[in-house]
Amino acid sequence: MRTVRVCCDTGCLANGSAEVAAEFEKYIGSAEFNVEYSVKKTGCNGFCEKGPLVTILPEGIAYYKVKVADVKEIVEKTIKHGELVERLLSLGKDGKPVVTQSENPFYAPQVKIALRNVGVISLGSIDEYIATGGYEALKKAVNMTSDEIITEIEKSGIRGRGGAGFPTGRKWRTAAGYDNYPKYVACNGDEGDPGAFMDRSILEGDPHSVIEGLAICAISIGAEEGFLYIRDEYDSAVATVKQAILDAEAHGFLGDNICGSGKKLKLQVVRGGGAFVCGESTALMQSIEGKVGEPRAKYIRSVQRGLWDKPTVLNNVETLACIPYIMQHGGEEFAKIGTDSSKGTKVFALVGKVKRTGLVEVPMGITLRELIYDVGGGIQGDRPFKAVQTGGPSGGCIPETMLDLPVDFDTLKSHGAMMGSGGMIVMDDRSCMVEVARYYVNFLAGESCGKCTPCREGLKQMLAILTDICEGRGKEEDLFILEELCEMMQDASLCALGKSAPNPVMTTLQYFRDEYEAHIKEHRCPAGVCKNLTSFKIDVEACRGCTACAKACPTDAITSEVKKPHVINPDKCIRCGSCREACKFDAVKTEGRA
Amino acid sequence: MDLKDKVNEIIHNYPAEQRYSLAIMQDMQREFNYIPREGMEALAEYLGCALSVLYSMATFYKALSLKPKGKHIIKLCDGTACHIRGSLTLKEGVTRALGIEDGETTEDGLFSLELVNCLGSCALAPVMVVDDVYYGRMSIEKVPEVLNKYKEEA
Repeated sequence: MRTVRVCCDTGCLANGSAEVAAEFEKYIGSAEFNVEYSVKKTGCNGFCEKGPLVTILPEGIAYYKVKVADVKEIVEKTIKHGELVERLLSLGKDGKPVVTQSENPFYAPQVKIALRNVGVISLGSIDEYIATGGYEALKKAVNMTSDEIITEIEKSGIRGRGGAGFPTGRKWRTAAGYDNYPKYVACNGDEGDPGAFMDRSILEGDPHSVIEGLAICAISIGAEEGFLYIRDEYDSAVATVKQAILDAEAHGFLGDNICGSGKKLKLQVVRGGGAFVCGESTALMQSIEGKVGEPRAKYIRSVQRGLWDKPTVLNNVETLACIPYIMQHGGEEFAKIGTDSSKGTKVFALVGKVKRTGLVEVPMGITLRELIYDVGGGIQGDRPFKAVQTGGPSGGCIPETMLDLPVDFDTLKSHGAMMGSGGMIVMDDRSCMVEVARYYVNFLAGESCGKCTPCREGLKQMLAILTDICEGRGKEEDLFILEELCEMMQDASLCALGKSAPNPVMTTLQYFRDEYEAHIKEHRCPAGVCKNLTSFKIDVEACRGCTACAKACPTDAITSEVKKPHVINPDKCIRCGSCREACKFDAVKTEGRA
Repeated sequence: MDLKDKVNEIIHNYPAEQRYSLAIMQDMQREFNYIPREGMEALAEYLGCALSVLYSMATFYKALSLKPKGKHIIKLCDGTACHIRGSLTLKEGVTRALGIEDGETTEDGLFSLELVNCLGSCALAPVMVVDDVYYGRMSIEKVPEVLNKYKEEA
């Protein structure tokens, strides 16, 4: 099929991909060129950093950072005459231009299962989903017994991708075993971990794989009603999924007679209210019921008593997107990928101070080093690596000594961090680990529902102490109090939010204690982030007098004369660090409190 | 159409069941930019529940607000990726330009500033969103330029 694919996910749209797609349509249909190509707007291609991304099929020529002004040249050269526009290609490992996505080092190690259609099929097209084999798994499932379906899922070994890693097959089997109707299925699309956006990409780029997965789950446990709970901030995902449900109903994949089997399923989208805690299973169910989203103690699991006290299976978006693949290719095929205890692939959002940022899907068991250096290309500006934060606010900060650990559900957990939902934020020497811990605690203090005391009050106290340290009022005994608070919260909090909230503090205290001590004892922020503990100076030896820093300074605090060393006026300086980012010669240095 | 009619129209789009309370209040939020007291009272009557139940929801969920918001909503992403790439510096830029802090609205009612958790566009960090337009890889120097566009329109 002769096609021009233009990525139209949020990242590429912000860089102007809608205009690029319109420009292609204009030229391709014009009398001047008159070529038979279709222009497809797709979901996320993952490599958001280099957007807008354009792929020319059937050759698979991948162009990056395509501007409206490049379109005419692409149509003329590539589409009409089969020539490459070299400057829009990416570079391979050897630094030479490469033609296809699979030769690009960002894509080469990837194995796509959950993202198999994202960025491939047109946004919102059920026909294209069907053409790639979509809904075949559902057609198969309606003629299988509950036990046959669940056995297949168990064989795959798939565990919940939302973070906890509970075996999906076991969850389904437990729910199927209760003779208590009506039962419910739900999809957790309340992707709240900052730094993770794989669920948004799947819901927008391939909503039918999630709907099909949810439908298969419903058939296996005997549920006739289901919900997709989607985060309030994701406007476009909410609209896309609502439309996809209507399309699936019109094609007979949902509704009163699924694929002619007589089985029923009614799905609805529930829009979240902007509360992080609603990503927790019991809080999410409260929210679907139209209540305040407070978690409850889980003496009785929601597979037994969930929505309206009836058996409910809740699965994450990415997990559900894998289900049709497993049903079609068999559980054993899926289980061939990954490690002993963590099967299949996992999608990661590789972001922060890494060269190639974006969404990647790799086999479980890949090491952090491979992810950051091979896929991600290393640290921006080749600065020193300091830490990688995994698992969102419940996760931890992992230092360089642990970069060779395999990434799966269990290994990171045994080191105080967790894989979590797959956010992976890379930090360099200019990220302050105390401030990062304060950031997460501040985040969680704002999101704690307030129901249980350890979480509500513990976070408040931790935040006060960490803020003191960041602002230069830290005391040596603070570190011991922090450790005590961490242990108390882990033991006594009601839900996972409170129990795992200490992780960012514990891991930074464990691996980066020297930074805490520098803040407290030397009144110095080694990363140059905490403003009360930082002053900026220009190193006269290194400064070449290029004026880049003076141009970047928002308060005109830098006196600059071309070719002469520049000077920062400390009275005007707001310590924002813009000069340090702008300097190409590493001439802007930080010192402790002035 | 006056407020009361509009409220009734929104409410009657849904069956009178508690499970729709969040969705109904979100529709009100979208329509009025906040949840008017009259709206909440009418909804309590429709659902047959206590006003305090709805009030607790309106104060719990961040998407709902009891005070009117500005015409343009500036969302500054403070997700981790944006945070380590300088979202708080951007916030300082907005505060300097408009004189408002997180959660506040300018006196002329033109802008509200919200520091929000991740918007899921981490590869563009730091991200600022005004209404529905994404401004990726923002910097403190670019803030006045972006805001001026909206001021000129007004």
